[in-house]
Parts: sequence; C-alpha cells; structure tokens
Amino acid sequence: MTSALLAIDLAYWQVTTIKVVIVVSFIPLSALILGYVFLMKMMSHMQSRLGPMEAGPHGVLQLVADGVKFIQKEDIFPDKADRLVFGLAPLVVVLSTFLLFVVVPAGPDLFVENLDVGIFFALAVSSVSVIGVLMAGWASANKYSLMGGLRAAGQLIAYELPLVLAVVGVVIQAGTLSLQGIVIAQAEGSIFGFDFFGNPFILTQFVGFAVFLIAVQAELTQTPFDMPVAESEIVGGYQVEYTGFRFLFFFIGEFGTAFAFAAIAATLFLGGWWLPGMDPDSNALNVIGPLVLFAKVMIVSFFIFWFRFTFPRFREDQLQKFAWTVLIPISLLNIAVTGVLKVAF
Amino acid sequence: MPQVPGLVKGLGVTLRTMFKPAVTVQYPHEKETPTPRARGVIALKEENCTVCMLCARECPDWCIYIEGHKYLAPPRREGGSPRQKNALDRFDIDYSLCMYCGICVEVCPFDALFWSPEFEYSEFRLADLLHDKERLGEWMLTVPDHEAYEAGSEQKVKKIPR
Repeated sequence: MTSALLAIDLAYWQVTTIKVVIVVSFIPLSALILGYVFLMKMMSHMQSRLGPMEAGPHGVLQLVADGVKFIQKEDIFPDKADRLVFGLAPLVVVLSTFLLFVVVPAGPDLFVENLDVGIFFALAVSSVSVIGVLMAGWASANKYSLMGGLRAAGQLIAYELPLVLAVVGVVIQAGTLSLQGIVIAQAEGSIFGFDFFGNPFILTQFVGFAVFLIAVQAELTQTPFDMPVAESEIVGGYQVEYTGFRFLFFFIGEFGTAFAFAAIAATLFLGGWWLPGMDPDSNALNVIGPLVLFAKVMIVSFFIFWFRFTFPRFREDQLQKFAWTVLIPISLLNIAVTGVLKVAF
Repeated sequence: MPQVPGLVKGLGVTLRTMFKPAVTVQYPHEKETPTPRARGVIALKEENCTVCMLCARECPDWCIYIEGHKYLAPPRREGGSPRQKNALDRFDIDYSLCMYCGICVEVCPFDALFWSPEFEYSEFRLADLLHDKERLGEWMLTVPDHEAYEAGSEQKVKKIPR
C-alpha cells in the first residue's frame, strides 16, 4: 500500500501543503501527549497523587479542556508593551518548534525534508526560539519579563555550545550530517561483528548522549535549569504578561520542542525509526518506523521529565559555571577521543 | 563530582514513588473515613448550655450568636424562694466564618459543645451555613465516644451526653 501511495505524483505546492498541514497539526498533538503523559500523570504519581481524573477516562481530555479555556480568555496587551513585537514573540517560539519537526525522519521514505545538513539545520533553528523569548521579555515592558528574557538568552546561548559539541561526536562517527544518514549508519553498523542491534550510538557516544540530554534540559528550560521562568524568583519570567492563546503558544512551543528534541536525541543516539533486526530499506519501516520512533521519543522524554520532576533549581551562577567548566570541556574531550578512534580504526 | 550519588538517590526516590499507589482518595466517588477526633463540625447539647456566653466571647471569629433570657423556676422545696435560671433562645454558629479552632469546645465549662467528625454539610448558599441550635443539636448524634485512657488510669472515661 505504501508503494502505491509513494507512486502518486503530486505537484510541489500540493506536497508542501500536505507537509505543512501534517507538521502544524502534529505540534499541538505532541504537546498534548507529552503534557498529559508526563507533566500531568507521571509527575502526579511521582508525588503520590493521581492528577486529573475527571475530564475523560483518567483525565486524558484535561489538556484539551485547558486549551479551550485558554482560547476563551481575553487577549491582554500591557499598556506600555510594544504591541507588534509582543504579539509576534509566541509565534516566533512556535515557528522554531515547527522548523525542528521538519528535519526529523520517521521512516526510510517518511520525512518532511531530508536535508544534507539535517542536524546542523536542527540545531540552528532551535536557537530561533531564543529570539522569540528575548522579544517577549523585552516587549512586555515588565522588569520580571526582561530579567527572564535575559536569563533565557544567557542560558540558551551557554547550553547551545555543549549541545552542538555533543552532536559532533555522532557526526564524526556516522560520517554525515544528514539525520537520515545517521539512522542508516546506526542500522548498518555492528558491535564487534554482531549486527542484529546495529550500532546505536548511545553505546559508543554515551558521554555525548549524557551531555546532549543535559544541554537539551537547559535548552527546554526544564526544571533544574528553569531560571528564566523561575516563579519564586521572577514570577514567570518572560511569560508574565501573556494570557490566553498567546500563553498557550508558549506552552505548545515548550512541549513541542521537548518532543522534537527527544526525537532528535532518539535519532542521533538510539537508532531513530530503525527497528533492530529489520532491513533499513524495507518498505514496512515506513509504517512501523513512526511507531518505533515514537516509542524511543517517549523513552527519551521520560528521562527528560524524570530529571525535571526530581531535581531542584540551579542558581544562576552555578548554571553558567556548569556549562562552561564541565559540559564544554567534557564534550571537547569527547570529540577529540572520537576523532582519534575514528582515524585509528 | 561528589553530588552524583545524591542526584542518583533522588532519581531513585521519585521512581519508586511513581510505582507505589497514590494516596489520593477520589472524594465524591469514594468517601474517606475521618479519624474519630477530626474537627468536622461542632455539636451542641442544648440542655447543658447555661447561656454563660464564654464560647461566644472566646470565639476569635465571633461566629457564635447566643441570645437568652432569665426566668424564675419554681423553688426546689416547699416554702423556698424561686430560682433564677437562664433559658437559651438562640444558639447559632456561622460555619462560613468558623475557622475550626475549637476554642469554644475547650472553653465550655458545662460540656455543651463537642467535636463531630462529620464534614459533609456544604451549601450552595453562603447563608445556609448558619446552623441554628436545632441543626447543631442534630450533630450530637454523630459525636463519637471519648477514647479510652491508657491502661491503669484511675480516671473514668467521660460519657458523651446524648
């Protein structure tokens, strides 16, 4: 059936429209899934409570109800806000999430865009959200917003570096920047001649994986690194003045980006859409691939949210110190060792 | 990295808690039994009240309203003088103000006020939370007996006047 589907020839604009619709509808869906499964249910059970139980079976519709509530709310602009920038900021944040989803492959032929510079593109567009956050912080005309925006900018730039450097090890080993190529490289690799599991790079690049997860945690401003939105220090950071659907956009952006980064981590380190034991070119993976990728995404997000619900917040100076004196040296060392081993073997 | 063992331990705590059953009771669907000494609602034994006003005066929220009048009861013995007694006309507790501190129960010298663990008396109208003395008297039926003192105590357990 997939081959019949793939045989259909569509014009460029038709293909693009379909892709845009799929990605745009998937972003809120991914935010809903992560928000429900982890933010509501997992956090509740880790705190020995049940979480939402009334809206739908086990409260599955709670976030939908919340979303409807947010849309009904009044769209408030602060008096002194820069209206244009204030209104655009949440869109910029969601745009960065949208662009992240574009490059993640979900099957051998199932991808929105297979760029040669895939991972480079992903890391580049993930930084666009910093601009949105800074815009929100500046345009709100609120000192807490401004402090939150500046904290976010400082943090995201500091952790961008270990994020990129952690990926370099994978790129050296795979020999390609394309995410599709990295998946194939893992599928075709072997561990000491034993090739059933391929060679998921988490085994050889475990240091890179750890650094990547920590940096992702900071990129997403999840709890040990949530100074930009620290409610006990600066109320809610750059989100203070946002209400209604604009706040909803920030929420979707946060959780959609979490999903996208989990998908990138799964692709880089866990073998992406490839299921062990299958031929990476087989057509069946176009159907199973998304499910396999989804399962791996849930595993990675479980770790992200597990850390989020366990650890207390860093101090601002500890955060910067941790990035510059621990993570970056470790990832540089990782690159050096990977490079040496790549040449040696 | 001396912090790492602590971090891992913390992760273990949250993971273990996640697999333990939650302590939440789904209240409207299943009812939790409160402990016998829980401060649910204050019950009034009307016959014991002498309208001394101590409870109303001690109440930090001023949520107890008492009205009474004096009357002369017939003498106990033939030829005696009539006795002056207090009659209780009104005894209201406004549960929309009450903060459940229990000072009124503590201060009552004649054992007229008691704690009952009942808690299901919410109302749609705020004014309906004003319980009059008939309503407060009904709560008497729900007051549990005092718990036994520890073994060897000479003191007898007080009885709840029902």
